[in-house]
Amino acid sequence: MADPMKIRATVQGDVADVRVLMAHPMETGQRKQGGKPVPLHFIQTITAQLNGKTVFSADISQAISRNPVFAFKVKGAKAGDKITVTWKDNKGESRTDETTIRGGS
Amino acid sequence: MQQSRRSVVRAGGALALFAALGGALLRPGRALAAWNKSAFEAKSAVDAMRALGMANAEESKDIEIRAPDIAENGAVVPIDITSNIPGTTSISVFLEKNPFPYTGTFDFAAGAMPFVHLRAKLGESTPVRVVVAAVGKFYTTAKEVKVTIGGCGG
Repeated sequence: MADPMKIRATVQGDVADVRVLMAHPMETGQRKQGGKPVPLHFIQTITAQLNGKTVFSADISQAISRNPVFAFKVKGAKAGDKITVTWKDNKGESRTDETTIRGGS
Repeated sequence: MQQSRRSVVRAGGALALFAALGGALLRPGRALAAWNKSAFEAKSAVDAMRALGMANAEESKDIEIRAPDIAENGAVVPIDITSNIPGTTSISVFLEKNPFPYTGTFDFAAGAMPFVHLRAKLGESTPVRVVVAAVGKFYTTAKEVKVTIGGCGG
């Protein structure tokens, strides 16, 4: 099981700033270890929901850096709202984590 | 011959868009359900854009790409993209000189703003090409990023 994501969501006015850090090797299939190529292993799809409604989603390639970081912004969010993020990789592994939006300072 | 192939490509794009709109109505979120294998496996940005039906994107100054001019470490290059085109529904990224240029598509729905921050691996200096989908049309711009140490070999 992959390590949990770190999700930080803060709201300024009515715009939530969401930052997600995923723990994943994002192997390109081009790297070698002990002379043998390390097989492709990377996140392919990401979905983010605000209170259960999809707001942001992505299809990505192995060119995304190891331990991927993404940020996006959602209008119409408020402190206390729930952000849920799911990723799925090419081996069928997946992970879902959630956080509560915090008020900005 | 060339002409008919073009129109097929264009029709394909229109169809994809139609499917995307239909999908969005039925099920918010991932508009096109399948991860586009042929686009991700394309070895040139042009072929990838064709596989995504975006080959006819027109140049636009309303897309902002914020990325370093020179990246010391190609393994982690931060890229911020903002579209100022009204009705933007997705942002796609192509790292033209990477072995597989198509890096991803980010879809926005239900209040998400047309902005994304990502960190990518650049094998060598490359134009970072962005294609924005907005109200059935595609717009594009690119920014060159110079890499001093590549990020793909590990």
